[in-house]
Parts: sequence; structure tokens; C-alpha cells
Amino acid sequence: MNWDKVKLIIGREYLTRVRNKTFILGTILTPIGIVLLSVISGLIMSHQGNESYKIAVRDEAGALEAFLKDSKRFDFEFPSLPKDSLIAGVKTGRWDGLLVVPALDSLTATEVRLKYYTDRRMGLDLSEALKDKIAGAFRQYKLAGLHLDESVLKRLNTSISIDPEPVGKQRRNYSEWTEGVAAAIGGAMGFFMYMVVFIYGMMVMRSAMEEKTSRIVEVIMTGVKPFELMLGKLLGVGAVGLTQLAIWIVLIIVFSLVGSVAMGHSMTGQIDPEVMRQIQTSSAVQANVTKIMQELSNINWWLILPMFLFYFLGGFFLYAALFIAVGSAVGDDVGESQSLTLPIVLPVIIAIYIMFSVLRDPNTDLAVWASIFPLFSPIVMPARLPYDPPSWQIAASALALIVGVWFFVWLAARIYRVGILMYGKKATYKELLKWLRQS
Amino acid sequence: MLRVQQVTKRYSNHLAVDRVSFEMPDNAIMGLLGPNGAGKSTLLRMITTITMPDSGQIFFDGEPLARHHISEIGYMPEERGLYKKMKVGEHLIFLARLKGLSPAEARKAVRAWMEKFGILDWWNKKIQELSKGMQQKIQFIATVVHRPKLLIFDEPFSGLDPINTNLIKDEILQLHREGTGVIFSTHRMEQVEELCDYVVLINEGHNILEGRVQDIKEAHKKHIFEINYTGQIASTTLQRLDVVERQEGRLVVHLPHDTSGNTLLRTIVNEPIEIISFREIYPSFNEIFIDLVEEKVAS
Repeated sequence: MNWDKVKLIIGREYLTRVRNKTFILGTILTPIGIVLLSVISGLIMSHQGNESYKIAVRDEAGALEAFLKDSKRFDFEFPSLPKDSLIAGVKTGRWDGLLVVPALDSLTATEVRLKYYTDRRMGLDLSEALKDKIAGAFRQYKLAGLHLDESVLKRLNTSISIDPEPVGKQRRNYSEWTEGVAAAIGGAMGFFMYMVVFIYGMMVMRSAMEEKTSRIVEVIMTGVKPFELMLGKLLGVGAVGLTQLAIWIVLIIVFSLVGSVAMGHSMTGQIDPEVMRQIQTSSAVQANVTKIMQELSNINWWLILPMFLFYFLGGFFLYAALFIAVGSAVGDDVGESQSLTLPIVLPVIIAIYIMFSVLRDPNTDLAVWASIFPLFSPIVMPARLPYDPPSWQIAASALALIVGVWFFVWLAARIYRVGILMYGKKATYKELLKWLRQS
Repeated sequence: MLRVQQVTKRYSNHLAVDRVSFEMPDNAIMGLLGPNGAGKSTLLRMITTITMPDSGQIFFDGEPLARHHISEIGYMPEERGLYKKMKVGEHLIFLARLKGLSPAEARKAVRAWMEKFGILDWWNKKIQELSKGMQQKIQFIATVVHRPKLLIFDEPFSGLDPINTNLIKDEILQLHREGTGVIFSTHRMEQVEELCDYVVLINEGHNILEGRVQDIKEAHKKHIFEINYTGQIASTTLQRLDVVERQEGRLVVHLPHDTSGNTLLRTIVNEPIEIISFREIYPSFNEIFIDLVEEKVAS
């Protein structure tokens, strides 16, 4: 192994990328893109329709007319017409539907089956909302009929918040925000790793494909060994990734400092009194913000940040090695590259699904084993880190990842050294296996 | 300078190079000739240490070929590419440093060559801005910039325009005069035969002929002579000769093996003609190659 040459390759890979305009643009635009994406997806998720339903109610119990009130989505009418003409009214479009409420057996009936005649079907959310509304009206009706006092009933409800307290040699106290903050940070790190694997993996793969199709590789190979070239490319692109990560971390620190300074100003009342009043009136929000800040500062950053860096590098090298092997095998055959990248993409996708389940429950068997298995751990383990997993699991995961990286780089090197110089041969799985066995 | 000894290379199920041996004399211009698919490029990849022979050995300057020899070899592959997004100057420096030059040496050598070709003002141009012919000049500089002892060109003139062909030919000959060994590998035998003084003929992975150009041509000559003249040769005289070709003022004659050119001259010197030129025609390597392959098929 000639490290001078590897360094030369690293330098070329690094400098040609970092000096590129697309790198600078990408570094700045990616965070903006992520923010935009999350805002847009939030808007889409919370989007509600506003078309309303006009519903005729035939109230055979005489129970609802006084209690079923119109809402934004529902207009209720109680026409005193026979059922048949009501159904005819639905058919002609006078009403969107007809709700038939049967007479109640008793005031304490717990189950009532209503019929709803319509051709305009409601979605899941809307029909749930309608059911809730009717149940609410029945409740009112029953309260009145049974002569119960609503305010007494309310006292039966108890609001619970669980404040976890550590019993071991843990360093910190928990609050009701602990899990939420951990989920947010874990999810952000896991998702970031998912993008890292794809973006940089694809970058290395394209670069190997370009070298092969442009035939520069034949020229390079007279100066370096295939493994030196592959390693140089992996390290060079890895360094690009680290640079980008460092820039983002600096940006985050700068923005949060600016943010907290601005907040500090508003606290001391040097800001518009109108805003000041708003902040004071929303003192509950204020308290929560303080608590979240408290939680953030409680998180064990000295463990999480270095480990995140470790999984960043481990995940990058593991997957980039696989991607570069595929790139070397296929050259310019795009269709071929798609079928060969599938087995690499698949574990990444599985890992991101496991990560989402980990956020809900970080200590299932699945979560533990997936955070140790090296194809999943770069995405799953960062998501678990804020939940303080046991140290043996972190150690096992780290060790497994190191072994995994070593193994996959070795595997990739065996495919790369044959593939990068092989032209005119279709890179099938059978062919790849043959290359692996070649000495 | 270079000795290839019983070298064999097998690719999955076909034998690309089968027990090939030859010895290239010091400071020769050697032609490695053979049709497409004969195994030339595979052989060159082994000589340039890109791949290893399955069996057999290669010696460079008397030592078994090793990685450190690559700094003394310059190789221009048949399919040549460059990084399109890099600038000319830094690309050449990168390639020179891969061959073991220090940063300062690399910069100096690259500048010197670019100056020689009058292209110093391309230094900051990106490769993708250059025409194909310009890129070929860059390729050539990349091949020779580290002052190798042995230069290897695979299909050197394919895709080159006549001006670049001459320019590069002249540079190669100049380097050869300064003591550099040169290997031309090509299937276009006529392109290099006047440049080479030593040839190795390869067919289907086998080495079928090796030797000095003059010796080979001498051994394969067919006793065919060409006379250019003005005037008329009597038909009675012509009838006594084995005429291969006859045009106005040009006669090509095949002589029996035991007669020399002098006999032919004596026969026609009394004719009412003026002889302008008289020479023996040596076979081209194309013809020699085809003869050898046919002989082999026949036997």
C-alpha cells in the first residue's frame, strides 16, 4: 500500500468536489430544503377539507334535536317529513344524507345503531367526527334525562403526567419532556444518516462509473493499485461529507446562538411591547420552551456527538464501499446499475422503518438487534442514542460496525479490482460471484 | 530491456495470452503486431503491472517486474480518458505525481512539455473545453512527462489527425534518440512498420514470430523485383520472365530462388529502355502475417 498515492487520490477527490459550485450550493440549500420539506409535509398532514355536509335527521327518539348542534363540517336539519320523502330529498340532492335515529330502549342504553342513507360517502376522519358529535349529543341528552351535573362528572377525570426518576447511577433527572426531546433528536439523527448513505453512496458510485466509462481508469491504474484508488475515493468523498457536516454544525450553532440572543433581548423587554405582552400571556408556552431547553442541555452530548460521528463515518464507508463496487461493475449501463443497487437500497429502507418503530419504543428486541447489525446500525443506533441505551449495546454495535466496514470494504475491493477494468461483459450476480472468488 | 517469459493469462473461460515469450533489445522501437483480439492489450496490461500473469515472468532491465518499475514506464492505453472537470495543468500534475514525481518536479516537467507543444495558455482550461485532438496532446504529455525508460503506446495513432500523428511521431522518435525504448502495439501493421526495428507478431494469444525487422523481411522475401523504366521491352524477353505485374513503365518480376537480381538486370539491360529504378520488393508485415497464419492452418 502506497499511502502517498492514496493521499494524492484523496486530495483530487476532495478538492475537485469541494471547489465545485454545486457543493457550495448544496451545502447551503440542503438545510433550507429540509426545513421546507418538513413544513410542507406538516401542512399536508394537517390539511383538512372544508366542504360541509348537509344532513337530514329523522329523530325517532326525539333525543337529539335539542343537543345536536351544527358545526363547521356538518349542518343538521330536523324536517318533519316521512322517511320516504326524506330519502327522495337525499336522492335529489337537497341533503347529502339522511340519518335515522331509532327510539332508545332506555336512558342507559350504551349501544345505539343508526342508519345513514347517502351516496356521498365520508372519509374515515369525517365519519369518526360525525360519530363523536352524535355520541356527544346523546351524552347531553342522557345527562339531562338522568339529572346529572356535568361539573361533578368532570371531577371524575384525572389528568396524569408521568415524571420518570432515575434509580441507577444515571446522571440526570427526567421530566415529562424527556421522551419527546429524545425522539426528536434521535429521529433527526437517524433520518440524517439515511440521507448520508444515499447521497454520498450515490456520489461514489457515479464517480466510479464515470472513471470506467471515460476510461481514465486505465491511465490511473498504471500508477496505483485498484485498492489504493478505491480507498482514496472512499476517503476523499468521506472527507467531503465531514466538511459538509462540519459546516452544518457551525450553521446550527450560529443560528441557535443568534436565536437565544434574540430571545434574551425579548426577555429584558428591549423589544416591541406588543410582542412582549404576547410572550407574557403565553407563559405556558414559555415554560415549556424552558423545559425543552433544559432537556436539550441535559442530553449527554459528550456521548451522542462522538458516537454520531462514528456512525456517520461507519455508515458512509460501509454503504459507499458497496455502491462503489456496483459502480465499478456496471460502467455506463444505467439499467444494470439499478438492478444491482437494489440489494443495497433494500437494507437502507428497512433500516429507516425500524428506526421509526425505535422512536416509539427504543427497547424492543428488534430495536436492540437492529442497532447492533452493521447494515442497520448506522441508521438505527443514532436514533436510540438519546434514550441512553445500555453501554454494552453501544459497544457491541460499534464493534460490529467496525467489523462490518472491514468486511464490506474487503468485499467491495475484490469486485472493484476486476470490475473497473472489465469491459463488454454483463455484470450479473453470477459474474460478480466469480470475481469474488478470483484470486 | 524487457523480457517476457512464458507468460499466460486466462480470463474466465478463454486463454487471452498463452505462453508468450519475447525479448525486446535495449533502446529498440518494437512493434507488437497482431489482429484485434490477439491478446496485445492483455499483454500490455501485464507489462504495465495493471494485471498479473497467471504464470510466467516478466523482466524489466534484468529484474523481475515489480510495482516500483511503473515510474520507469509510460503507457498510453488504447482507450484513453481524462477527468473532464479538471483543469489541464492540475490534471497533468496529478498524473505526473501518480508516477512518483514530487510536486515541484511535476509542475516543472508539465510546464516544459506544454511549452514545447505551445499550449501553455491551456493551463487553466477544463479538459471538457478541449477538442479531441487537443486532448490527445494532453494524453501524450501524460504518458511521457515522468521521463520513463520505456514508452508503450497501444494503438497510438487511432483517432489522430495527420498533423497530430506527425507531431507525436516526431516526439517519440526524438525521445528514442535520447535513449528511450518504445513499444507500439497495433493491428494497423502498415502504420508502424517503417518506424520499428524489432517486431513481435501475436495471433490468438500465441507469439508467432519475433525478430529484427530486416532479418524477418530477409527471411520472408519472395524474390520479387520491381523495375521502373522508359521505353519498350521486347515481348520475347518478357516471355522468358515470370511477370507478376506489368504496367506502362513498370514491371514486377518473380525470380527463381537460385537467381539473383543481377541476372534479371543482365537480361533487360540490352533492351531499348532506360532503367530509372530497380529494387527488390520486401513483403509487408501484413503479408508475412497472413502467410504465417495460412501456413499454420494448412499444417
